[in-house]
Amino acid sequence: FHPAAGPSEPKMAGADGDDSLYPIAVLIDELRNEDVQLRLNSIKKLSTIALALGVERTRTELLPFLTDTIYDEDEVLLALAEQLGNFTMLVGGPEYVHCLLPPLESLATVEETVVRDKAVESLRKISQEHSPVDLEVHFEPLVKRLASGDWFTSRTSACGLFSVCYPRVSSTVKAEIRQHFRTLCSDDTPMVRRAAASKLGEFAKVLELDYVKSDIIPLFTALASDEQDSVRLLAVEACVSIATLLPQEDLETLVMPTLRQAAEDKSWRVRYMVADKFSELQKAVGPEITKNDLVPAFQNLLKDCEAEVRAAAANKVKEFCENLPEDGRETIIMTHILPCVKELVSDTNQHVKSALASVIMGLSTILGKDNTIEHLLPLFLAQLKDECPEVRLNIISNLDCVNEVIGIRQLSQSLLPAIVELAEDAKWRVRLAIIEYMPLLAGQLGVEFFDEKLNSLCMAWLVDHVYAIREAATCNLMKLVEKFGAEWAQNTIVPKVLGMANDPNYLHRMTTLFCINALSEACGQEITTKHMLPVVLKMSNDQVANVRFNVAKCLQKIGPVLDNNALQTEVKPVLEKLAADQDMDVKYFAQEAISVLALA
Amino acid sequence: MDTKDVEIYLVFNALRNVPAPEQAELFLRKLQQCCTVFDFMDTLSDLKMKEYKRSTLNELVDYVTVSRGYLTEQAYPEVVKMVSYNIFRTLPPSDSNEFDPEEDEPTLEASWPHLQLVYEFFIRFLESQEFQPSIAKKYIDQKFVLQLLELFDSEDPRERDYLKTVLHRIYGKFLGLRAFIRKQINNIFLRFVYETEHFNGVAELLEILGSIINGFALPLKAEHKQFLVKVLIPLHTVRSLSLFHAQLAYCIVQFLEKDPALTEPVIRGLLKFWPKTCSQKEVMFLGELEEILDVIEPTQFVKIQEPLFKQISRCVSSPHFQVAERALYYWNNEYIMSLIEENSSVILPIMFASLYRISKEHWNPAIVALVYNVLKAFMEMNSTLFDELTATYKSDRQREKKKEKEREELWKKLEDLELKRGLRNDGIIPT
Repeated sequence: FHPAAGPSEPKMAGADGDDSLYPIAVLIDELRNEDVQLRLNSIKKLSTIALALGVERTRTELLPFLTDTIYDEDEVLLALAEQLGNFTMLVGGPEYVHCLLPPLESLATVEETVVRDKAVESLRKISQEHSPVDLEVHFEPLVKRLASGDWFTSRTSACGLFSVCYPRVSSTVKAEIRQHFRTLCSDDTPMVRRAAASKLGEFAKVLELDYVKSDIIPLFTALASDEQDSVRLLAVEACVSIATLLPQEDLETLVMPTLRQAAEDKSWRVRYMVADKFSELQKAVGPEITKNDLVPAFQNLLKDCEAEVRAAAANKVKEFCENLPEDGRETIIMTHILPCVKELVSDTNQHVKSALASVIMGLSTILGKDNTIEHLLPLFLAQLKDECPEVRLNIISNLDCVNEVIGIRQLSQSLLPAIVELAEDAKWRVRLAIIEYMPLLAGQLGVEFFDEKLNSLCMAWLVDHVYAIREAATCNLMKLVEKFGAEWAQNTIVPKVLGMANDPNYLHRMTTLFCINALSEACGQEITTKHMLPVVLKMSNDQVANVRFNVAKCLQKIGPVLDNNALQTEVKPVLEKLAADQDMDVKYFAQEAISVLALA
Repeated sequence: MDTKDVEIYLVFNALRNVPAPEQAELFLRKLQQCCTVFDFMDTLSDLKMKEYKRSTLNELVDYVTVSRGYLTEQAYPEVVKMVSYNIFRTLPPSDSNEFDPEEDEPTLEASWPHLQLVYEFFIRFLESQEFQPSIAKKYIDQKFVLQLLELFDSEDPRERDYLKTVLHRIYGKFLGLRAFIRKQINNIFLRFVYETEHFNGVAELLEILGSIINGFALPLKAEHKQFLVKVLIPLHTVRSLSLFHAQLAYCIVQFLEKDPALTEPVIRGLLKFWPKTCSQKEVMFLGELEEILDVIEPTQFVKIQEPLFKQISRCVSSPHFQVAERALYYWNNEYIMSLIEENSSVILPIMFASLYRISKEHWNPAIVALVYNVLKAFMEMNSTLFDELTATYKSDRQREKKKEKEREELWKKLEDLELKRGLRNDGIIPT
């Protein structure tokens, strides 16, 4: 909204809406088209239609029509709900924004969740454009109607609207809103209670502190002991917001009993939620409660009987330790957390081990060099030998944390066998994952170690039987060259790559071309012109058409790296020859290269 | 269990070896014993005790089946307690990350050796001639039913099968719980459709509902109609429809047989949720529609024939031959044929363009052959109209093209207008 243009805008749009050109009937016909796809297209361009009609007829004719035809397919309704959220200027600005409420109200009651959610989103958006008076006269009554609707859908939608109007209405209306929210929290249908529970935190944030204590806390306690676990687990989420709002001295009595109960809930889903939100909870309740309450709770979650819960808790090990109060952090970790972590290293469930492996390396920065060597290193090494490749991968992918603390050499003896094994894993996704860490590993292990131990692996991937691996291997070479420099490239990898140009398998010959595509820029003009270009040009005589058109594509790609002389005297004749190839695709790509490189 | 518990776990005499007057007391003691639940994930622990419980449960099953006069009033709470202790539990997370019932093997319940006997015992108890719902309703209450319904999410099909019988018996014997059971099933379905798309026992619940609907009194209550329109019809939108479609279609047809006036909302509902990208589901929809048409009354048929045949015409011209074929099979159904014949003046113009085009263009020769038969049938039904449509086919297509062009021009004008405005009032028009 542009304030300077505001006042004049409605008049102008009104004046320009030419009735004879755009009779509403024609436009409405478009919105009624029998073909859903066409109807959908029209709805998506609803703003254009509104613009053609001008603000007044949009208000008096278009919106009533839209309100009456809310029986369309959900996909159309979704588009409509979204459009209306951006319609304020098209109905004449904030002064008239309440005209948008009737159609959105209907949309907020439909069955389909995505439509309803979108309608609520749009309502939330336009609520901000209502003046305080309009909010009380038009918006709040709508919320009330939804909150007392017959079918659960409207009540569900109402839950998302309380928090946007509460801060801007009078205290009488505020009291009513609180009452409505209370009613929905004890609604008969679990769907509504879930919606209310999921908005509890958000609503608490806009309430005055006294009402948080007197209204929200009892609701929170009730939802947290709901008969359905799907409701209880949402209360855990609200717990974070509520705890943040309350002063420290009230937490113990108002929040902690419920949180303790949730951490020991009989349903694993609730315990899982506690584990999943643990870092947020920890920050919300502060260091004292963390030390006294959360540490034992966390230990229990790490030892939970359900693997799902253990995995969620294992994921939080690093963050939890990091956020412990600094005084006593090391002691707490060493005496309370580390023993649990040690057990998780040999957990029966691979998801648990893998979750742990993705964070465990982070502990070394927190515990420092000596503790890492004495206590953590054995765990890292055990996980590096784990039977599950994902666990090993997770360890390898986080090597940088350890590198900073103790240097990677401590690990390299065990690292190498682990890498080699992953590099040859039967599952190509595992091989793919390890390739992605190669540049990182190369950087940390240094060029010497790399040349000696890892280079051959990188070259072997180039002839893998899965394309995705060959492709990743190509990209990997480029990153290595960026790291180790052109000279290294020329001595170690370029000769091997170019050697593959004579391979009997055409897939390997193409890999040479793909590598050149990737490497030419990093290697620079000299290497490209002297060593790579001749090989590419020679391959233009390959008997396989796929190789030939990849030569054309390759030339197009490396063209910018070459000097003009090479382009004119060497590249151009070859491309011209390929442009006259008998194969259609070869011709096509050769011509494309000629035009891109401006060689015509 | 530790050793202390084992000592408490006395080995009692068999019921049949005890004089009749003492049996009732011993029955209670055995029920209490069976409240102990063992960990079956640990296959080596408490082997003797597990075996003892199994034989005790077996004995209890036999006892409730053959004995008379065993069901004292004190036995009811003990039976319900024993059953609750054993069957009510939070179901474990699925083994496979995203359990797909169509692809993955279900995880079977480890404690089945005991669980099965508990279910068996409970069903015999509910079916026993001495069973009195008036006493039992104190213990088999809403909370009990709610927990029972949650168990339908079990991955183990054997357990769901027992649950089905249990719930059916409870619905049959406890009139006071019926409305509650229906409402809770509603909630499960709505959550399944609109929130999670995951619940293993949908087919079983629908099967129970099928027989419940069968027993509805006429005229149908508003609650039941709402259930049909707001719950059963949206169930068609779920991705895993194939797992419970047969049961769902049965429920729908049951409703229509009860009250033919519901045909229109049902068919309109199906048309609204007609699958657009999933051919497999489209074939299921066509199958269900045929089941509905098999029982439709001619007066109802007239009300929905237009939107219905517009959809069928789209199906017939589907490039997926199974969809086209399934739709064309309608013409092999004698009753449907008679309905089409009666209304050929409405249906033929809707179908004609598609049929005519497919007869020339469809890639699959079997479909082309079927379409020829349908065209032939139409020609025999109403040759005058058929000739007319053939004669105007070309000009009709041209008219359509012209209309299409006009539309494009209209939109072009509108967009020019928007562009002009946009330039003038830069920043005002929302994008």
